[in-house]
Amino acid sequence: MQGAVDPLVFQLSIFVLAVFVGYYVVWSVTPALHTPLMSVTNAVSSVIIVGALIAAAPAAMTPSKILGLIAAALVAVNIFGGFAVTQRMLVMFRKRKP
Amino acid sequence: MPADLAALLYLASAVLFILALRGLSNPESARLGNIFGMLGMAVAILTTVLGARTAAYGEMALALAAGGAVGLVIAFRIKMAAMPQLVAAFHSLVGLAAVLVAAAAFYHPAAYGIVDALGQIRTSSRVEMSLGVVIGAVTFTGSIVAFTRLQGIIPGDPVVFRGQHALNVVIGVIIVLLLGTFVHTPSTDVFWVVTLLALVLGVTLVAPIGGADMPVVISMLNSYSGWAAAGIGFTLENSALIVTGALVGSSGAILSYIMCRAMNRSFLSVILGGFGGEAAGQAVRAADRAVTAGSAEDAAFILKNASSVIIVPGYGMAVAQAQHAVRELADALKRRGVRVAYAIHPVAGRMPGHMNVLLAEANVPYDEVFALEQIDSEFQATDVAYVIGANDITNPAARDDPSSPIYGMPILDVDRAKTVLFVKRSLAPGYAGIDNALFYKPNTMMLFGDAKKMTEEIVKAL
Repeated sequence: MQGAVDPLVFQLSIFVLAVFVGYYVVWSVTPALHTPLMSVTNAVSSVIIVGALIAAAPAAMTPSKILGLIAAALVAVNIFGGFAVTQRMLVMFRKRKP
Repeated sequence: MPADLAALLYLASAVLFILALRGLSNPESARLGNIFGMLGMAVAILTTVLGARTAAYGEMALALAAGGAVGLVIAFRIKMAAMPQLVAAFHSLVGLAAVLVAAAAFYHPAAYGIVDALGQIRTSSRVEMSLGVVIGAVTFTGSIVAFTRLQGIIPGDPVVFRGQHALNVVIGVIIVLLLGTFVHTPSTDVFWVVTLLALVLGVTLVAPIGGADMPVVISMLNSYSGWAAAGIGFTLENSALIVTGALVGSSGAILSYIMCRAMNRSFLSVILGGFGGEAAGQAVRAADRAVTAGSAEDAAFILKNASSVIIVPGYGMAVAQAQHAVRELADALKRRGVRVAYAIHPVAGRMPGHMNVLLAEANVPYDEVFALEQIDSEFQATDVAYVIGANDITNPAARDDPSSPIYGMPILDVDRAKTVLFVKRSLAPGYAGIDNALFYKPNTMMLFGDAKKMTEEIVKAL
């Protein structure tokens, strides 16, 4: 064996391990909370905004920057809306009053 | 910001997202988990913004504020019954964003650091980028079709036509071939043709899937939006995005599996679509068989003399907005010393866990609400099963009649209770388009009427 490992291989390792983490974590979610699970996974997958912000960063108005700003605004809807609606649902889940 | 520090912060953000999902194992820890999720997002956004040496803070803030304001207004105004539509709409945004980010990276690869020594986009980045754009585009249009169907803009019946599977396969093959040429020589034309074809594929994939299978479709699109995010994460070499994409992707896949299992359907048969609607004509005509019908007073009498009651809600309860009336009925019964519990079938709503949210909204304590496997054995020791707005998920034919189209689907064994009170407007078949054998059982009393009105009348008569 020789040479350095391609960073892609490291990323792939992270990805595969994260799939396993996801598998076990999601099976432990109580079925009663599957709707909040969906809205929160939706909110966290909006971390794709990272890519949009990178495109939006340069000072010059390029097509790439415009695409980035539009994408950032779209997923911002998801981020704020997703977390807020999840919290709204979760506060409704209350135990029986003793 | 040094790249190593940024990478560590993205890792922290990924860990916070895992904790956010982990919190959902219990309603008490879930609220804290959601806060972790928000923190993780804040860390990711700040790391990106502070790390980008830029003067464009104003524009970025404006984009965030505009989208965020819209999101908050929607989140606080949406009705809980409309959650499936909202989630479908949100999925479409993630899909569209994946397409836009991939396009931005394609037009300006240097900003993403994905160019090789010759100024060309690296081959591995081309692969990741094209996967992100295809999955994103399918998620985008597929979610829009799901949204319009759930919102009732287009009918719930599956749209089926001859040669539709062949069409999907042809589109899929063309996309794969074009991706091959794109990876070899990236061209703007190929990029947009592939995007366009993937947008069409999203529509042709979801349109044939009927309303009954919507819980699977939403879960599946949830999964796709995750895989699209992961694809973009590889392009950006960003661990937060890769980890999150993997989490969301597997989450949606597991939910799809749970929904399919709850309907005893294979994932493939759901995807191929066309279920629901066509079998309706074969339903046994109600007039041929005897049904016991009762009034609200009859039901109140039976409930009054029961010592245990299990309430079985379905989507019809949400349509009739009857959940508050149902909770009042439960309260009235509890005051009389009757034990009350709720039984939830996994596909009782239009999306996984939907019914639990609707009951929680009506102030039903979550420790009175049980899942199918937790409560199913209790029906035989129960005096009354009160079925409201549910149908197929109580049909004993799924258990006893091998010729039934829903044979093998796990059901709530309500027929084993001493008495079944079944609230329904008519004897019309449910989503699956088949007659319910439960209607004709001697221990079943049909309460014909609107779910909300009937329940309120029973409360009055108690």
